[in-house]
Amino acid sequence: MKILVCIGHVPDTTTKVKFSSNMTAFDETGVQWVINPWDELALTRAIELKEQSGGKITQVTVVNVGKAATEPTIRKALAIGADDAIRVDADPADSYVIAGQIAQAVKADHFDIIFCGIETSDYNGSAVGAMLSEFLEIPSVSAVSSFEIANDEIVLKRDIDGGKETLSVPTPVLVVVQKGICINPRIPAMRGIMMARTKPLKVVPAAPIEPLVSMGAFELPPARTACKMVDAEDTDKLIDLLRNEAKVL
Amino acid sequence: MSILVITENRNGKIKKQSFEAVSYACNLAKSTSGNVTAVVFGEVTADELSQLAKYGAAKVLTVTSDTYKYLDNQLYTLAIQEIAQKESAKVILFTHSGFGKAVAPRLSVRMKAGLATGVTSLPVSISPFTVKRRAYNGSAFSNVSINTDVKILCLNPNAADLTENPAAGQVENITPSVDASVAKTQIKNVDLVTGKILLSEAGIVVSGGRGMKSGDNWKPLEELAALLGAGLACSRPVSDEGWRSHEEHVGQTGKIIAPDLYIAVGISGAIQHIGGISGSKYIVAIDKDKDAAIFSYASYGIVGDAFQVLPRLIESVKKYKAS
Repeated sequence: MKILVCIGHVPDTTTKVKFSSNMTAFDETGVQWVINPWDELALTRAIELKEQSGGKITQVTVVNVGKAATEPTIRKALAIGADDAIRVDADPADSYVIAGQIAQAVKADHFDIIFCGIETSDYNGSAVGAMLSEFLEIPSVSAVSSFEIANDEIVLKRDIDGGKETLSVPTPVLVVVQKGICINPRIPAMRGIMMARTKPLKVVPAAPIEPLVSMGAFELPPARTACKMVDAEDTDKLIDLLRNEAKVL
Repeated sequence: MSILVITENRNGKIKKQSFEAVSYACNLAKSTSGNVTAVVFGEVTADELSQLAKYGAAKVLTVTSDTYKYLDNQLYTLAIQEIAQKESAKVILFTHSGFGKAVAPRLSVRMKAGLATGVTSLPVSISPFTVKRRAYNGSAFSNVSINTDVKILCLNPNAADLTENPAAGQVENITPSVDASVAKTQIKNVDLVTGKILLSEAGIVVSGGRGMKSGDNWKPLEELAALLGAGLACSRPVSDEGWRSHEEHVGQTGKIIAPDLYIAVGISGAIQHIGGISGSKYIVAIDKDKDAAIFSYASYGIVGDAFQVLPRLIESVKKYKAS
């Protein structure tokens, strides 16, 4: 069995978000780039599954769509424990392009399980995983917080409003994961970092896929009005404000 | 233009966010001389269906076949595609929910129809069709133009005000011709928590952070939430420490919520936490550190020790409830 994990290259989650002066581009000055947090959880789970599989899972591959600048992020995934990597040398113009490029690059490889994170922490699109499954015409399950393989059967849990559903799925399958899929993301060890340097990273040329949407300007949220402070002794005052000013009680 | 709204329901009730989506569609229909059709999967009461008419659905299509009892993404994608094509829909609206995120992107690829998710307001312009959407975990919005003939949107909570706009709401039961065998996922078990207020639906949310010091100290928060009919949430350190379950974690990597009122107790307001709550209409912060970041996002704040403020706040709520 082979597992593919799709990874996004995103600004560190503590980044102060700034834009170019005309608001059309994200200002990358001084930004630290990381693996998208949900993709990192997916990768960790994929490596755990391989380790526990007794040799049945032979390969964990990561794929990213981006220019050469994303390679340090891809190397980090290799350092965490992926066996090899693919970078599709394309501009990730929209979710449709990203999913389409991945589909083109991997469809001949016949991965049994494909993991994607529920969203990226920059665009918050929540679309690439499900789009990829449609490009590949394979089943997909979203909002997955538990993934186990027992007696060759894949059993996973999907979060629904007020609970969880347990599902059995065939392969190949695309699984969109969220928090809960593993406890903590794995941190690369020194040995992993050394090994990552020589692990295969294949660069695939972009396929001719046009985006369906075009990105316009960014906007910052309206400035919040200053916080009204209420004396710690006067909780009646807070209730009064919530009732009569905010009108939310 | 013809607008299709894919609604969601739970326990026979249509979700508030789906009514908002119908309101959104109605607004859009007015500016484009269009019509609104709502689609309902599963059994809901006639009264619920008439609510869809109240918010502006000229037509309501119900799919009650057992085939659609559980969500299979491929099955639903094909069924919605069939309905959308039959209705010549130019805009297909979902909510930005687990269901919307699972199905809308598949439909987008299948129909080669541009998708915008996390949409926060009515279109900025109709031609080009441009909407504003949430990005960078609520730290920014991005304007996106959809260039295809058919457009698909997933709407965030509060993208449109809930406004009554009575329409015919003609109900028609339909059965899509999709072969049930396309569904390859199989439900083995459903585990529902009952009696809990869902964070995704709660108008008020009471939330505790590291300042609560231990999971044993949650009683006053539970009491406050019960009094207000509020959902209970927590910050990431709280769920990481195992004080509360992961289901209650709100923040960038947990649940993203947008209640009318969010009451943060003992939460310092790390940027990752704000990412999950910045859509809230009003935020109340209670923290003993007057310099805590949470106060720069809050509408109302109290600087004080949670264990002293909470009992007083509970008394104030009781007084107001009794008045």
